[in-house]
Amino acid sequence: MKFLEHKAKEIFARYGIPVPRGIVASRAEEIASPPLPCMVKAQVLVGGRGKAGGIRPAETMDEARVVAREILGLDIHGYKVKQVYLEERLDIAKELYLSLTIDRSAREPLLMASSMGGMEIEAVPRDQLFMEHVPAVVGIQPYVLRGLTKHLGLSADIGDQVAAVVRQCYDVFRKEDAELVEINPLVVTKAGKVIAGDAKLVIDDNAEYRHPEYAKLDQDRTPLEQEAHDKGITFIQLDGDIGVIANGAGLTMATLDILNLKGGKGGTFLDLGGTDDPAKVKQAFELLIKANPSVILLNIFGGITKADTVALGVKQALAEMHTKIPVVARIKGVNEAQAKEMLRSIGMYAVGTAEEAAEVAVRVKSRGP
Amino acid sequence: MAVLLTKKSRVLVQGITGHQGQFHTRAMLDFGTKVVAGVTPGKGGTRIEGVPVFDSVREAILRRKANASIIFVPAPYAKDAGIEAIEAGLKLIVIITERIPFHDCLEIMPFARSRGCTVIGPNCPGLATPGQAKMGIIPNFIFKEGDAGVISRSGTLTYEIVNAMTEAGFGQSTCIGIGGDPIIGTSMVEALAMFQKDRKTKRIVVVGEIGGTAEEEAAQFINAHVTKPVVAYVAGRTAPPGKRMGHAGAIIEAGKGTAESKVKAFGEAGVPVAEYPGDVPKLLATA
Repeated sequence: MKFLEHKAKEIFARYGIPVPRGIVASRAEEIASPPLPCMVKAQVLVGGRGKAGGIRPAETMDEARVVAREILGLDIHGYKVKQVYLEERLDIAKELYLSLTIDRSAREPLLMASSMGGMEIEAVPRDQLFMEHVPAVVGIQPYVLRGLTKHLGLSADIGDQVAAVVRQCYDVFRKEDAELVEINPLVVTKAGKVIAGDAKLVIDDNAEYRHPEYAKLDQDRTPLEQEAHDKGITFIQLDGDIGVIANGAGLTMATLDILNLKGGKGGTFLDLGGTDDPAKVKQAFELLIKANPSVILLNIFGGITKADTVALGVKQALAEMHTKIPVVARIKGVNEAQAKEMLRSIGMYAVGTAEEAAEVAVRVKSRGP
Repeated sequence: MAVLLTKKSRVLVQGITGHQGQFHTRAMLDFGTKVVAGVTPGKGGTRIEGVPVFDSVREAILRRKANASIIFVPAPYAKDAGIEAIEAGLKLIVIITERIPFHDCLEIMPFARSRGCTVIGPNCPGLATPGQAKMGIIPNFIFKEGDAGVISRSGTLTYEIVNAMTEAGFGQSTCIGIGGDPIIGTSMVEALAMFQKDRKTKRIVVVGEIGGTAEEEAAQFINAHVTKPVVAYVAGRTAPPGKRMGHAGAIIEAGKGTAESKVKAFGEAGVPVAEYPGDVPKLLATA
């Protein structure tokens, strides 16, 4: 789950992290009393918006409206700007970097900080980067904060403020089930105040059930992906035209790869999971058909999955959706022979291996419907 | 020999009364596994597939001398189940449950390590030592006893590859599904070290996927410490960056975790990488 800057800041503020004053607007006309002078910032779930013209200053309310109108509707790296955030302009003395994420190799949370804020963290030289693992069972100990403020060369007063923000970020990280908490830049103002210039927050999708309050937030999903998400189906739309459906994430990925090697291109990633419930199979196929693929490639390796009930779900979905989209199926599992027969009886292709299925799918596609 | 799991292991099933727990208890028994107890709080005193059910892990250990546990309980209760099993003193735990928040695993895994307990998973198909025992959900019929150790981040893709190996005559010593989550109990490197040490294992198959740097670290480890032939497969060569491909761990971010990088790392370690999953046996034949 990703969060727009203004939403992330709202959450950060709840934990006591200082954030600038600001207002959100989705239309220029609704902007009433922005903090002036301000920065008008595009709210999109993608980085690099500054360079793309998504962050601009404004001195007066009229100017703020003009600038907001121009930013709203911009397309930033494929993301349409639906909201702008008008935020109090900060008198910047220094920009720092601060983040908490997980280090998969160490299997621990990783705290990173740098005195070179405002630029991409990948571009910061390694010796300019403070990195420290913070075991979740231990939490942030004072020595970590001492090390951090020393590494960043901060004065006692600024150091104390930054240390407080680090603690608050760690609280956000743990309590909100975050994958990423990032403040870049963490601004030190000329008046000597530490305040979050930007805010990035990504929450673990698997922890959604612990945070129902965020369920309605707009994610970067296509309408079909959103529909799938609401139905609990793992579905991703891709660039190609062949609808790929398989069971298990690894096998679905592998099926897309196999298809690619055989000269085809997958248009969907649909993981059916461990189900052979015809109703669920049908639901998945309905989604797939709405994505309008030229061919559907079904690859099921079932241990306990019953091949014939999967086939039954396919048959029902195709009949009800009145579709002429050809289906190439490879189903391995219990009652495999019956499944093949059922699919062949309605004019579908049923083959023995994933490679064969990919070959047939590419051939069927090139012949046209 | 084989690693982690043998016919002597006395297996406990946590969440045995659920649909999955019950089904796989039957399959594990059919495989020859000594499933000695089940635990579902509140269901103590009943039996599932002839296996006595207890209210707590401690009771199951006391009454049935269980020494390993497989966990099927739903994600919101998995941390509780895992910590209970570790605290009770078990030294091997397989967590099948998928979609456990990784922050829970940030607590489970270090606690397990501090107690000398090996955790496999979560979000994994489990362990199988053909001819001996299974703690997992991989279909029984695809296995064959042999000398290839299998390590995989995936579920059904593992079935596909193990099945192809068996059909080509390459049996398995042990198959370890390490799981597809960002925080897992046993890493690819740790699993490799086990197989390198195991006398029965003569060759190793590694099934990786995009996301993280487990494969790159495995390649480095193979280069430095593994003398047995290793072959690999990497899923997700065509996955676009920024899209999470089903598994919580399978995502290419900021140019990290790409299939190219993993294939390259394996290549540099002298590990052939199969183009198709079905090609793994061919590579084993020449490795």
